[in-house]
Amino acid sequence: MLSSCTSGKSPKSDEGATETRTSSRLTIKGSDTMVILAQNWAQAFMDANPGKVLQISGGGSGTGMAALINGTADLANASRPIKDKERKQLTKRRGVEAQEFRVALDSLAVYVPAANAIEALTIPQLKKIFRGETTNWKDVGGEDRAIILYSRENNSGTYAYFKEHVLDNEDFAATAQTLPGTAAVINAVSKDAGGIGYGGIAYSEGVRTVKVAPAGGDPVEPTMANATSGKYPLSRFLNIYSAGEPSGIAKEYLEFVLSPEGQEVVEGVGYYPLPKEATAAAE
Amino acid sequence: MTEQVLDAGDHAHPPKTQRRITLRPRRARSKLESSFRTPLWHRVAERTIAVLALAAIAAIALIFIFIAREAVPMLWEAEFAEEVEIRDLFFAKEWKGYDEPVFVWQPVGEPVKFNVIPLFIGSLKVTLLAMLMSVPLGIGCAMFIALYAPRAVREVVKPAIELLAGIPSVVLGFFALMVLASWAQATFGFHFRLNAVVAAIGLALTIVPVIFTISEDAIQSVPQTLTEAALALGARKYQVALRVVLPAALPGIAAGVVLGFGRAIGETMIVLMASGNAAIMEVFDFTTSVRTVTATIAAELGEVAQGDAHWRVLFLLGVMLFGVTFFLNILGDVFIKRLQKRLTAS
Repeated sequence: MLSSCTSGKSPKSDEGATETRTSSRLTIKGSDTMVILAQNWAQAFMDANPGKVLQISGGGSGTGMAALINGTADLANASRPIKDKERKQLTKRRGVEAQEFRVALDSLAVYVPAANAIEALTIPQLKKIFRGETTNWKDVGGEDRAIILYSRENNSGTYAYFKEHVLDNEDFAATAQTLPGTAAVINAVSKDAGGIGYGGIAYSEGVRTVKVAPAGGDPVEPTMANATSGKYPLSRFLNIYSAGEPSGIAKEYLEFVLSPEGQEVVEGVGYYPLPKEATAAAE
Repeated sequence: MTEQVLDAGDHAHPPKTQRRITLRPRRARSKLESSFRTPLWHRVAERTIAVLALAAIAAIALIFIFIAREAVPMLWEAEFAEEVEIRDLFFAKEWKGYDEPVFVWQPVGEPVKFNVIPLFIGSLKVTLLAMLMSVPLGIGCAMFIALYAPRAVREVVKPAIELLAGIPSVVLGFFALMVLASWAQATFGFHFRLNAVVAAIGLALTIVPVIFTISEDAIQSVPQTLTEAALALGARKYQVALRVVLPAALPGIAAGVVLGFGRAIGETMIVLMASGNAAIMEVFDFTTSVRTVTATIAAELGEVAQGDAHWRVLFLLGVMLFGVTFFLNILGDVFIKRLQKRLTAS
């Protein structure tokens, strides 16, 4: 899948490489949350369009944005919206506007070890836990055990989303351990009786997901119906960004992603396809 | 005339005034050497070696310059000053939402907080712990292998320890993360499953072979005459080991320790995987999770846009780490030289 393209000449210099790259090669970088999804899209796209080569890599939404700004990727996967600063940097560096495409829907799940009996947590409770103000499970209705926080590296879109929507942009507790990737968080939580972590819903195997209640609301389970209806408080769009209006293979790829076939792939991976009206709006 | 003095000096102690002259014969000898031409290929080889050695030094200097070049613009760049105050990189500040001045590393958010102190404390904690474990182990091992072990044991154990140095650090990191961490938590009841102790054990596994190999060489190269003389005087074997061999090998052992230290503070993968990476400002409790300088650079550099404030701070971390290791290496070198002088003078 990652084999290099032999046809066409590949420009050597990094600068302006993406502009002159008219060949059949596309580099996509970004969110770890989306990397499996993107690989499945790429596989399906390459099966349908032989001779076209897509390179997918993860590293985090921030990594993807940085690559887009630096010109080392054609498209960036991001599990969070682009920041104003990144938008400005892109315009300054590449002279084009960032274009946003919403491509799927994801719910952020809160994980605890399978043995932890806690049913539901409210957003304010979660904030206190991850701010380091609540340090024992018994304070939120669990057993008497210290809470151990697992968080993501700060280049992750999941980290940024959680910080914005749960912590109101306040800092995580210094004691929150940061791990590279949702899979690492889940692995750590599953091994730690007092652990709590968060991550994309598609990963939640081997641990339990907790129902989450919005401030003053009822606990909601992270299901597709609840995410699509907007009931579940921690749902978000997964996005792809391009530098300027996408053209050539990038355009074809995005069209494929938003097509019914592409949206079927989303469901296969464990995320939620876009609600009908959102797909219509994007086109 | 001078050569005669040298000869005399070798056999008997010359009076102090004459001893100074013994420095001269070297010049006389080199004059003698230059009186016939060395073959061309000798001179070419000498030059080549000199050029190669200079290239290595130049490479290090260039690396330093290029790292520093990315960090230094923070001193005047308006873009940087808008986001970060330089004093906040090193001093505690009472940020919004905190009750007291704190040292925090939170490079993403509003406002960004880049305090490097918890990272350096993290690095030093892990390194110190790893050294505490590996120095006695490495030296003890070396003494046992060099002085006590029967030949059959030595031939198995020595390559085995040296093989440990060949294990990729990512494998050791994975081992520490999956196996060691669970074991340590079950045994010692750590609050954090991933912590400085676990990372330090992982690190010690990479440093022990370094210290062992160099110490063993140093001990082996202690002249046989010294040990034989001590034994002849009626010393016991352990007395010979501790009072004769160990002091005589000390400069070499110290060199091994310095090298091990450099390896420990620069090691990235093991600490990235096994330390939990929480930038906690805690100096004395070694069982907390730590975030080291190297792990921070490795985890975050891929994310940032070139020329960004975060980018500059990460390069500053690189410069500071380079500075610390350089300074400590020189300190170690001076210490070793002193030791050598003291040992040879008596």
